[in-house]
Amino acid sequence: MDVKLTINDIPLTVPEGMSILDAARTVNIDIPTLCYLNLHEMRLNNHIASCRVCLVEVEGRRTLAPACSTPVSHNMVVKTDTPRAIQARRTMVELLLSDHPKSCLTCAKNLDCDLQALAADLGVRNISYEGEETEFEIDKSSLAIIRDPNKCIRCRRCETMCNDVQTVGVYSAVGRGFETVVKTAFDLPQHETSCTFCGQCIAVCPTGALMELDQVDKVWKALNDPTRYVIVETAPAVRVALGEGFGLEPGTIVTGKMVAALRRLGFDRVFDTEFGADVTIMEEATEFMHRLKHGGRLPILTSCCPAWVKFFEHQFPDLLDIPSTCKSPHEMLGVLAKSYYADTYGIDPQKITVVSVMPCVAKKYEAARPELGQDPVTPDVDIVITTRELCRMIREAGIHFERLNDEEFDHPLGESTGAAVVFGTTGGVIEAALRTAYEWLTGKPLEHVEFENLRGMDGIKEAVVPIEGRDFKIAVTHGLGNARTILEKIQSGEAQYDAIEIMACPGGCIGGGGQPYHHGNVEILKARAAAIYEEDRSKPRRKSHENPAVIELYKNYIGEPYGERAHELLHTSFTQRPKI
Amino acid sequence: MCDNPSPYNPYQQLDRYIDGLPYKKENLIAILHHAQQLFGYLPDKVQRHIAARLDIPSAKVYGVVSFYSFFTMKPRGKHVVNVCMGTACFVRGAEKLQQEIEKQLGIKTGQTTEDELFSLDSLRCIGACGLAPVMMVDGKVYGRLTHPEDIKQILDEYRESLAGDREPALKEGTPS
Amino acid sequence: MKLKTRDDLNNLKSQHQVLLQNRRSVQPVSVSEAQGKPRQVMVCGGTGCHASNSPQIVEELKAELQRRGLAEQINVLQTGCFGFCEKGPILEVHPDNVLYLEVSPKDVPELVEEHFVQGKPLERLLYQDPNTEERIASDLPFYHSQMRIALRNCSLISPEDILEYIAVDGYQALAKVLFAMTPESVIDVIKQSGLRGRGGGGFPTGLKWELTRNNEANNRYIICNADEGDPGAFMDRSILEGDPHSVLEAMLIAGHTISASHGFIYIRAEYPLAIHRLEIAIKQAKQYGLLGKNILGSDFCFDIEIKYGAGAFVCGEETALIHSIEGTRGEPSVKPPFPAQQGLWGKPTCVNNVETLANIPPIILKGGDWFAGIGTEKSKGTKVFALAGKVNNVGLVEVPMGTTLRQIIFDIGGGIKHHKTFKAAQTGGPSGGCIPTKFLDTPIDYESLIAIGSMMGSGGLIVMDESDCMVNIAKFYLEFTVDESCGRCTACRVGTKRLHEILTKITEGKGTLDDLDQLEKLGKTIKDSSLCGLGQSAPNPILSTIEYFRDEYLAHIVDKTCPAGVCKSLLRYDITDKCKGCTLCAQNCPAGCITGSPKEPHSIDQERCLKCGACLEKCRFDAIIHH
Repeated sequence: MDVKLTINDIPLTVPEGMSILDAARTVNIDIPTLCYLNLHEMRLNNHIASCRVCLVEVEGRRTLAPACSTPVSHNMVVKTDTPRAIQARRTMVELLLSDHPKSCLTCAKNLDCDLQALAADLGVRNISYEGEETEFEIDKSSLAIIRDPNKCIRCRRCETMCNDVQTVGVYSAVGRGFETVVKTAFDLPQHETSCTFCGQCIAVCPTGALMELDQVDKVWKALNDPTRYVIVETAPAVRVALGEGFGLEPGTIVTGKMVAALRRLGFDRVFDTEFGADVTIMEEATEFMHRLKHGGRLPILTSCCPAWVKFFEHQFPDLLDIPSTCKSPHEMLGVLAKSYYADTYGIDPQKITVVSVMPCVAKKYEAARPELGQDPVTPDVDIVITTRELCRMIREAGIHFERLNDEEFDHPLGESTGAAVVFGTTGGVIEAALRTAYEWLTGKPLEHVEFENLRGMDGIKEAVVPIEGRDFKIAVTHGLGNARTILEKIQSGEAQYDAIEIMACPGGCIGGGGQPYHHGNVEILKARAAAIYEEDRSKPRRKSHENPAVIELYKNYIGEPYGERAHELLHTSFTQRPKI
Repeated sequence: MCDNPSPYNPYQQLDRYIDGLPYKKENLIAILHHAQQLFGYLPDKVQRHIAARLDIPSAKVYGVVSFYSFFTMKPRGKHVVNVCMGTACFVRGAEKLQQEIEKQLGIKTGQTTEDELFSLDSLRCIGACGLAPVMMVDGKVYGRLTHPEDIKQILDEYRESLAGDREPALKEGTPS
Repeated sequence: MKLKTRDDLNNLKSQHQVLLQNRRSVQPVSVSEAQGKPRQVMVCGGTGCHASNSPQIVEELKAELQRRGLAEQINVLQTGCFGFCEKGPILEVHPDNVLYLEVSPKDVPELVEEHFVQGKPLERLLYQDPNTEERIASDLPFYHSQMRIALRNCSLISPEDILEYIAVDGYQALAKVLFAMTPESVIDVIKQSGLRGRGGGGFPTGLKWELTRNNEANNRYIICNADEGDPGAFMDRSILEGDPHSVLEAMLIAGHTISASHGFIYIRAEYPLAIHRLEIAIKQAKQYGLLGKNILGSDFCFDIEIKYGAGAFVCGEETALIHSIEGTRGEPSVKPPFPAQQGLWGKPTCVNNVETLANIPPIILKGGDWFAGIGTEKSKGTKVFALAGKVNNVGLVEVPMGTTLRQIIFDIGGGIKHHKTFKAAQTGGPSGGCIPTKFLDTPIDYESLIAIGSMMGSGGLIVMDESDCMVNIAKFYLEFTVDESCGRCTACRVGTKRLHEILTKITEGKGTLDDLDQLEKLGKTIKDSSLCGLGQSAPNPILSTIEYFRDEYLAHIVDKTCPAGVCKSLLRYDITDKCKGCTLCAQNCPAGCITGSPKEPHSIDQERCLKCGACLEKCRFDAIIHH
């Protein structure tokens, strides 16, 4: 049913149930928001109406109404731009600022902060109500997330994300009144909690209260150390989002410019995590066939996502034996750089520093997992920086990114196929695996490589793929809450699958916690996903096992996929962790 | 952490209580009341135990405990002295009463004496406005407290009875 | 025994009506006439009297009567609140209708001897008229202007005996609703009565029931809001302690009307006695089949569960209360959806306050018109107020809507304590405002109180006199809201904190005229911008005191004085020439800031003075003044 109303004297008709905020947008009226967030497809809906910056006047109502959570009604008369509404919004921002550090110039979120932007939009020129400020300790305990509650504006987006979307439940509002703040249980340091470091809290934090651990300085140090041979690798999702940091349209593919920029920054070799992704498919597809053949436990679950890995270690210790034992692609690339590449080119592995550029903050934590290295002092990957951190490095170096000419990745660990590209978005890993597994199981070439029903933003996608007379039941989930739903179904025996892809972040890696901020705009995520598939289509080879550099790797160095050498270098193990 | 066997195992009692409830998560507040009655307070360990039993994140339990002023995460004295800070008592000198008790006990509101005999707190209106200003010790109400000597006499009574068997603090006002 | 039909209930009523026959008799008999006849002694068991040893009085009375061989004919009972808390503990003897005040356990032997053995009232424990000094045994002026509907059974029956409740028409309204009315007609009667929510909001109760009933759902809930958090209000507690069955009966009626099968009573954990009596009442109601399956043989099934609060004022707000029952932080959520649409566990839910519910059974029995005949045009029936503060007769009073403040404070309340001057009355607790002298004759109802910057609230009525500082009172209330703000929305979380800081500045003599403007400006914005009723009304104590007592604010800000002599930082102690130089003050000064030679006038070093008042207390010559 449609509802007729007027907003700022503009008559409009919108569907029943729509909020004033969304209704206003249909007639090009913007109402500021801060706590509000609606990533429809991601099931993330934070409309707790706590910040009070979207207040509008509704005729006949005693108090101002929060536009984000007030549904339209028949003959409603809304005014969004009256002095009363604007004054109230400005007061709310002033009140927030009165309990907020004034260190914007040195804040890591400077110029990317929603609160800062709002203060500017509303013309806040002074803070009328100074007073006591809450004081909290900054939590720097983890290797991935820095939490500074002093900058928290209690929008609770992180709490909604962590509890409702990811079902990890690390955060809760704690205390009452002025002292209320979002914290961990018993104020435990983040690294002692069940946090998966997915970084989705960072992705939705409007201020600098949640940030990634900044490792840019460490990278500069390595680059400027003449004794180090510094290798960089970049994840598929980075190349479709990095451009946003330089004002390019979301979804712009900047692979060539990114490679050029990395060379200018001084990296000795620019490799591609996609090579690691192709190797991952070789291993995972073989492992899957091995389980099929030897009656191993099914379904096989992907293990590329470190946040997902940590999630099941805490939440589903009884299922530790079903995920694939494959290391994640950047770890595979890291270990191959320090073994295969080092051996081939006669470089001392101890002198190699591997830097991963990831859309992810959990990879920072993952790189430090003790089992992911040849020995305690030689981790597979030394430093992980996010897309955002790379962006800062390029700016810092004064590189005019948009004007760079495209360059190519270095050989051999820069070679990749379309199957590796699609790792960057939800459904991609399983699609890539199917492209290979199909051909291996049937011995016939796969004509149509695009598995449409595994694509898109639905939280849980299912497909049945008939191969050689057997129906393979496949599921794809993204967002840890969806993963939980699927795992609980497996536990209860309610559902049976052969293979499941799980990514912690909504949308997969394109929506990772280390990507340029989407500021609540889900269209940005969709544009990145579209770019991923475009990149796939543009590749001459679209199946991992056809990557010539990978074929060479197995032929000359590893031997059989899932064989002894492969296990030593490319596979890992999982550990039960407490649930807090 | 070691839990030496004891004939009185509050964790077992708590578990029995939880097992007896028809629904669990929704009863979090009742469970916390019960736990506080058993343990005297709600330390991290007890909250984690409850979280595990109810299969909810510890942060959720902590969020609830820290929200309600009835719950305490600090151990309390044997006797809890509560000064009524309702309006009726306020206009009849509750602030003075509070200061006097703070002086006599040598602690501030919210604290516990070093000998762990008394904790001092304030609460909002116990409905004995006719007796304002009033205080409550372990659930017993004392009214018309305008003379320091009266307060001293009451507190002394509790000090003297120290030798006798003491019931755990918070025995009153906590629903079972 | 389980009551299986409406007739069972009626039979039980007639069997036990005799219990009530000699209580509140229309024509009281004299003490001597009552000699030798069965008598009943009702001892107040309300919170105040309970705290002043009334249970011990009951014990002593029983023992003494036993000793005197009178136990057979004289029955001693503990009841709910008599309302006249100032003079507690109270007891009343029936059928001679003699009210004894300020009774202590040690008065018992004399009381038994005089009243029950000698047959004459014990004069010294009777009410004494402050003007004529005449002793009055019954029909006290305190009760003259009162009309007890919600409190009808408090002090009349034993709250721990369901038979007493049944004897006073208890559960008759339920029977009528089950067998002689349709849910629609019940809603019509409630609407017709004009009953509005007594918890503060004043939302029409009938409409609330109708809205809840009309929302499509497979399940609905009734919640009784007994989270009385208003500091200085204790009417809900008194009803639950004095007449718990009336609330259960009303919940049953509401449950049947909106088609709910489950009810919750959300009660403060700080109310152990009320919880205890409710538990007994629920148990008895179950025993008699008035709760449970097929009530009185009808198709109606209903259960009630008690849920405990845990010390959060904001849980009085209905959405916060619902979240608390669900086991989470008691934070309010945005309305709509209203609880009537999506309440407890997402189901349509009707939340009614205790006092509202206590009015339901009489409305059903006597009709909507009867109730609508009481009160003002828009506010019908009576309202219970917890009268407290600087008034002679502190207590619980129930008056028809439209009664003036003057009637309540001076006629019922007996005027201001210690012959001081009335300054203001505060209604509505932390959400209300301070009403000055000029509005003493305003008939009180929902609308009139809002018009003068206050609100009905749950019914706390605190009287203040010349020695109360209105800035300090405003600060007291703000301290409360800062403490009790749930912390969810910016306006309330940070806004009330800033208001409190500005007020503190003013009471410390550091305020400026700009601060006064800011208080008003910020206060109005918070009212306009907060998420729930707590924040939307939190600035009322400030805004109303600025409006009516601006001079006091100006005195603090401009003259740096506190006219009431309350704000410590603004006090000044001086030694006048009455000083004999006894040195006692100097010896007792904790700051050591009083100097002077013996037998010479002393002086106070104002810089170092802590304003503790120790010198003033010790001076034997009235030589020290503070101003």
